[in-house]
Amino acid sequence: MKMHYGAPIIVGLVIFIGALCAPFVVGTAVTKTYKQPELKMPANEKECVESKEFMREKHMQLLNDWRDWALRDGKRTYTNHAGKEFTISLQNTCMKCHVSKADFCDKCHLDAGVSPYCWDCHVQPEGLK
Amino acid sequence: MKNNRRSFIKLAGIAAAGLALAPKAMASGGGAAPVKVNATAIHAAHWAMVVDTTKLNTAEGIEKLAHVCHAIHNVPTIPNKQNEKWLWGAPYDEAFPEQENPHLSESVHTREYPLLCNHCVNPPCVRVCPTKATYQRPDGIVAMDYHRCIGCRYCMAGCPYGSRSFNWGEPRDYLDLKKLNAEYPTRMRGVVEKCNFCVERLAIGKLPACVEASEGALIFGDLNDPDSDVRKVLRERFTIRRKPTAGTEPSVYYII
Repeated sequence: MKMHYGAPIIVGLVIFIGALCAPFVVGTAVTKTYKQPELKMPANEKECVESKEFMREKHMQLLNDWRDWALRDGKRTYTNHAGKEFTISLQNTCMKCHVSKADFCDKCHLDAGVSPYCWDCHVQPEGLK
Repeated sequence: MKNNRRSFIKLAGIAAAGLALAPKAMASGGGAAPVKVNATAIHAAHWAMVVDTTKLNTAEGIEKLAHVCHAIHNVPTIPNKQNEKWLWGAPYDEAFPEQENPHLSESVHTREYPLLCNHCVNPPCVRVCPTKATYQRPDGIVAMDYHRCIGCRYCMAGCPYGSRSFNWGEPRDYLDLKKLNAEYPTRMRGVVEKCNFCVERLAIGKLPACVEASEGALIFGDLNDPDSDVRKVLRERFTIRRKPTAGTEPSVYYII
């Protein structure tokens, strides 16, 4: 059986499959091994509000709860699992240790492709330009 | 085990007991939220303010207080009708349109009156807010959660006092970014803002900034405490509130 328009179809298929595989052959986006971003940790403080693992996974929930407790309930003192007390405030507690948004927050957020809108209103510790 | 009626009833009984006990056992694991009010906070059953307009009645005097307020809350000054204001001044006919008559004493007419959010007992802005972004705290302060504001401006239509300003553009475009108060956020485009009776200062034991800067012309305290400063002043002096027919019961009183 003769294939109608056989040559252009075969050429088209080769180009299509070539383009499909190109990222794996020439690109680095897929083949590059992912490296965890290196965060700049606070110099003078070793303990965060909660454990490192908790903060890494759940800081967004914590910030969410902090906001509601402070604004809605008027309760601005947080007691962590070790019994230590913290003033609930992003600008005046978190960012007093994490003195740079660019060297801390942005590192993971950029890698993970998330853009939280904290800094639309809150003032980052390095100031605004 | 042989399946008979007796063992079925026994199992059903245990299961029912478990269902009754389970919610309590689960709840005891979580416990209460690990938060409390700041130790340094000052408290009131209902915060209120008295404005002594015999002491504070010039545009310059009000401007000075507005500057203090706007500086610590990062409120921009926008040189057109899209300006933001938490504290501002107006003449008598604008401030008290219902209490005007053609033969008021001249000094009443020439004075400027400081205006701010009235922190009403029945706040219409809270009733109309579709997202509960604005809410009334138990201590009477009408506060805002800017995170939740969707910028519908119902509250601005609801407020009879014009106490709310909308951010038509990015407020940061009009702020001196070098002089921002780094301890307080700014707002963003598309949210409404207003005076918050300095909740963030009350939480650390300070009086509102305008009261502190007013040299006694603004009196702040607990309306429900008969011995408080505001109640003492309200007992001794004749006061009026803005637009009484709106039925909003403002918490800001004016000595005329």
